[in-house]
Amino acid sequence: MKKKFFIIIFFIFSLIQESFAYSSDPKQFIQEIVNEAKEVLINSNTKEFKTKRLSEMALKTVDIKGIAFYTLGSYRKDLNDEQLKEYLNLFEKYFLKSFTSRLTDYSDPKIDVLSAEVLNPKYTMVKSLLLATDKKPEVKIDWRVYTKNPDKPLIRDLIIEGLSLARTQKEEFASVIQTNNGEVIKLFDTLKEFINK
Amino acid sequence: MIKKILYILSIWLLLMFPANAGSTGSEDLSKSGSSTKECFEGVSRAMFKLNHGLDKVIFEPIAKGYRALPAPIRKGTGNAVDNLRSLLTISNNILQGDLGRAGNTAARFGINTTAGILGVFDPATKMGFEDQGKEDFGQTLGAWGTESGCYFVLPILGPTTARDAIGLIGNTFLDPVYQITHNTEIKGGIGNSNYSEHNYYYYRGTGAVDFRAKNIESWDSLENNSIDLYASLKSLYLQNRKQKIANSTSTTETQDDSDWEEIDTN
Repeated sequence: MKKKFFIIIFFIFSLIQESFAYSSDPKQFIQEIVNEAKEVLINSNTKEFKTKRLSEMALKTVDIKGIAFYTLGSYRKDLNDEQLKEYLNLFEKYFLKSFTSRLTDYSDPKIDVLSAEVLNPKYTMVKSLLLATDKKPEVKIDWRVYTKNPDKPLIRDLIIEGLSLARTQKEEFASVIQTNNGEVIKLFDTLKEFINK
Repeated sequence: MIKKILYILSIWLLLMFPANAGSTGSEDLSKSGSSTKECFEGVSRAMFKLNHGLDKVIFEPIAKGYRALPAPIRKGTGNAVDNLRSLLTISNNILQGDLGRAGNTAARFGINTTAGILGVFDPATKMGFEDQGKEDFGQTLGAWGTESGCYFVLPILGPTTARDAIGLIGNTFLDPVYQITHNTEIKGGIGNSNYSEHNYYYYRGTGAVDFRAKNIESWDSLENNSIDLYASLKSLYLQNRKQKIANSTSTTETQDDSDWEEIDTN
């Protein structure tokens, strides 16, 4: 009886877990994210709640650490372990604030997920289309999905009409560092300023 | 004319010597993130501030007013401007040796100007002549293999590179709309007095307002989420030009993956 009980509990737990897990197929993975984001944007009453839900989603589906390393470029080699830890912490806060702020402006985005192109074992590009509205033209959005762990794909970049957000971010960070005589620490102050504004 | 030649020569010099005062000439490329150097960053940042201020006071309010017009009017206006703009595209398609695209653009212009009532409607797309993108002389120079040269910001016109600045001048020679509206003097009975230079600037101004109105939210989002707006705009401008020169909509053809390769997080 006890054994049966545990099996049932385990089965229910597995089902619950399954319902929160995303697909390992990159195209389906993006489709699920799009559906979930749409549901959040339509059904959340307050901006704070939208921000909270979207942040939770991002933490599960975006490779924030990978993007953090990418955007710092080779400057990351100038940081010691403590500084790197601080940078990753700041970047995560910066990323979530920036990411949710961009998305909460949309109330009911209509995105068609069109196709997926495997670039190599580590990357798949998923193509989608944000449909036009009366005010905004149609926008092509490509999602760079990191598939090194095939069971847990993660988003690494959004390429909007051919313009990479990660690359833009990287060049922006490089500019901040260069205008401060190559001092990476100054980037930390700028990030703190953004997080606290 | 001499003034124009001197202007072209000075920009050509910038193109030949890309790293200049105020640039990060000694910076390691892998660190700078962008391989395009600044011509004179201090001046460009000042120009950017000026343009940003002008946008806030003049262009953004006009774009918001334009946005309040009914959608069919905005759509028709955008179509008509694009239709006129396609004449410059045809010249550049030919210069790039891309006769297929030139034929497509010419067919679109013919159909939309007649059946589409001066370009207000776009029946050409429904007939299978899809819009294949705009071309300008900067893109043509890029297609011929000219490097971008250094980056700078022009007052009102915004971001550019040495190559694209030469392209702006080249456009005036290649654009039939510019030529028709700027050669209105009648000599020996030949000429055209129906248009004036003003018509050209109305047309370009309308195009700019239409573009700005389509990008109100995108710009606001960029503005709110940038820690260095000047650098963001530079990056977006250069990525966009690279893609346009490659005539590619494929991300994989225009994005360099090498930077991602060394980053493993799982």
